[in-house]
Amino acid sequence: MRGINLEVKAGEVHAIMGPNGSGKSTLASVLAGREEYKVTEGEVLFNGKNLLEYSPEVRAREGIFLAFQYPVEIPGVSSTNFLRTAVNQVREYRGLEALDAVKFLTLMKEKMKLVEIDKKLLSRSLNEGFSGGEKKRNEIFQMAMLDPKLSILDETDSGLDIDALKIVSNGVNQLKTKDNATILVTHYQRLLDYIVPDYVHVLYKGRIVKSGSKELALELEDRGYDWIKEAVDSEATV
Amino acid sequence: MSTLIQQNKINDLINHPGIGFESARNSAKEIFNKQGMPALKAEEYKFTSITKKLDSFLTNSLQAKAFEVSVDRVKSSVFEGFEGDVLVFSNGVYQPSVSDKIKELSISSISAAADCPIGSIAKPEKDIFCALNQASFQDGVFISIPDKVKLERPVLFLFLNEVSDAQVIQPRIWIESGDFSEVTFIEQTVQLNDSPTFVNKVIEIKGGINTHLHHYRLQNEGKNYIEVSNIETDLLKDSTFNSVVISLSGDMLRNNLTINILGSNSEGNMYGLYLLNGKSHVDNHTNVDHTVPHSESNELYKGIMADYSRGVFNGKIFVRQDAQKTNAFQQNNNILLSENAVVNTKPQLEIWADDVKCSHGCTTGQLDEEALFYLQARGIGKLQAKGLLLYAFAGEVLEHIGDDPFKKYCTQLVENRLGSKF
Repeated sequence: MRGINLEVKAGEVHAIMGPNGSGKSTLASVLAGREEYKVTEGEVLFNGKNLLEYSPEVRAREGIFLAFQYPVEIPGVSSTNFLRTAVNQVREYRGLEALDAVKFLTLMKEKMKLVEIDKKLLSRSLNEGFSGGEKKRNEIFQMAMLDPKLSILDETDSGLDIDALKIVSNGVNQLKTKDNATILVTHYQRLLDYIVPDYVHVLYKGRIVKSGSKELALELEDRGYDWIKEAVDSEATV
Repeated sequence: MSTLIQQNKINDLINHPGIGFESARNSAKEIFNKQGMPALKAEEYKFTSITKKLDSFLTNSLQAKAFEVSVDRVKSSVFEGFEGDVLVFSNGVYQPSVSDKIKELSISSISAAADCPIGSIAKPEKDIFCALNQASFQDGVFISIPDKVKLERPVLFLFLNEVSDAQVIQPRIWIESGDFSEVTFIEQTVQLNDSPTFVNKVIEIKGGINTHLHHYRLQNEGKNYIEVSNIETDLLKDSTFNSVVISLSGDMLRNNLTINILGSNSEGNMYGLYLLNGKSHVDNHTNVDHTVPHSESNELYKGIMADYSRGVFNGKIFVRQDAQKTNAFQQNNNILLSENAVVNTKPQLEIWADDVKCSHGCTTGQLDEEALFYLQARGIGKLQAKGLLLYAFAGEVLEHIGDDPFKKYCTQLVENRLGSKF
C-alpha cells in the first residue's frame, strides 16, 4: 500500500478492482486487522474511531466484516458452536443480551434462507470439506448472522458458478440497508452485474489510481487494465 | 557414579520384597541386579532421564506402606459422575475391605492367588521397571473375568497415595479374561499430599477369545509425582483392546504400553492426549506386535506443550513374517506453544510380511495462525479462539473414551485447561 484515500458512507457500495498484485487483498486484510501487515502511516476512521488501534476481534465487534477469499477449514470446531460464540461475543460488546440456544437457532434458520445454505453443512466442522461455492455462501451466511456495518467481500465471486454467484449476490443485496456499507474487492466486472456499486475504484501498485461510477467497471471489462497501467506508469516516469 | 548411588538405594528396595511369589521375585531380582537402572544413553530411555530424575529425587529407598482408607475417603476421591465399581489401592496395595464386591468377577489380593503367573506377560527382562516391580511389589490385585461376562458398568482402579517422604509405590495388577467377555477399566490416581512420590506400576492382561477390554487412564498429578508404568496385554483371536491415556500433569510420566496380537481378527487401539505445561515431562512408549494374519492396530497420540514441558512419543509396530493382511496405522501430532517446549517423536516400524497396510505419520507445529485470525475476524477473543482451536485438536482423542461419565470428566478438565492461559 502506498497511500489509500477512500471514504465510504453508510448505505453505499464501493467496488475495488485492479490487476493481480495491485494490493486489493492487502487492503482488505489491513482493514480486518491481519497481524502480518504493519501500517506505517495514516489512519482508518470507522464511525470516528481509529480502527488501527484495535485487535481483529474488536474490529469485528465494532462492525467490520471480512468475507475471506479463502475461508479456512477448521476441523473439530463445529460450525454452530463457532457461530454462537461469535454472535454472542459481538452482542455482548454491543450491549445486547446473549442469545440462548432457541433464539440462536431461530436466527440461524432465518438467515440460512438468505443464502440457501443447507443445514447439513452447518452440522459439520467449520468449512471442512465444503466446496468452494459452499465456503463462499457460508461467508455471507456468517455476515448475515453478525450484522456488520461495513462488509468487505474479498474476491467473493472467485470460484463461483453462475447460480452460486446469483445466490451469494442476492444474499448481499438483501442484507443491504441505509445504515450499512459494502466494499467489494474483485477482479471481474461480472459480480457487479448482480451487486450494483455506487462507486468503482481502480487499485494499482498500492494506490487508487482511478475512481468512477459503475460505468468504469464496464469500461475495464471492455478495455482491460493496460490503458490505466500505461497512464500511471508513464506519469511515474515523467 | 550417580548410577551407583541409585543402584544402592534401589538395591535396598528390592531386598524388602512383599508377600509370596518367591521364585518370580528372585528371577526378577537377578535380572535387575544384572542390568541395573537405565544408563544415561540407554536407547529406550534416551529422552527420559529417569535414572537421573530418581537419583535426585529418592532420598531413601523406602517402599510406602498401605495406610488406612475410610469409605468416606473413597467416596470423596472418586471422580464426579462416576457410575461403576471401585477397587481401592492404598499406596499401591489393594484394599479389599473398602473396595466394591463385583459379583460377576473373581477378585482377590494377588498374594492370595499363588498360581498367578506374574511376569509371564510383562516380562521382567523387557523393561527394568517391570523387573523392579516384580522383585519388590508389596501386594496387588488379581482379577479373573469368567466367560461371557459383559459388565455394563466400568471398574475403577482408585489409587490413593499418601507418602511421607519420597517413597516408592508399586501397584501390581493381573487381569485374566475368559472368552466372549467385555469389561472397561478406568485408572484414577489421587495424591493426598504433595510429598514426592514415585509410582512404578505393572498391569498384565491376559485376554480370552473374543474378549473386548477397554482401559482408560487419567494422569493429573502434582508436580512432585513421577510414574513409570508398564501395561502389557496378550490378545487372542476375535478380540479388541482399547487404551486411552490422558496426561495432564505430573513431574515425569513414562507410559509403556504393549499389545501382543496372538490371534487373528483382533484389533489393538491406542490413543493418547498429553497437555503439558510447567516442566512436565510425559513419555509414551507403545509397542504393538502383529504375530498372526488378519489383525489391525490403530494409534493416535496428540500433544500440546507449553512452557518448558516435554513430550516424547515412541511407537513401535512389529509385523511378523506370518502376519499377512495386517493393517497398522499410527499417527502422532504435536503443537508447541512455547519456544522452550520440546517434543521427541519416533515411529519405529519393523515389517517382515509383504502383504500389509501400514502407515505412520507425525507432525509438530504451532497453532494455525490463519485459523486463529479467521475466528478473531468473527469477533471471538484471541484467548477463546486459541482455546477453541486447541480443544478441536485435543477432542479427536477424547472421542475414543467409551465411558460417558469419564469422558465428560476428562473433557471438562481439558476444557478448563485450554480455556485458561494454559
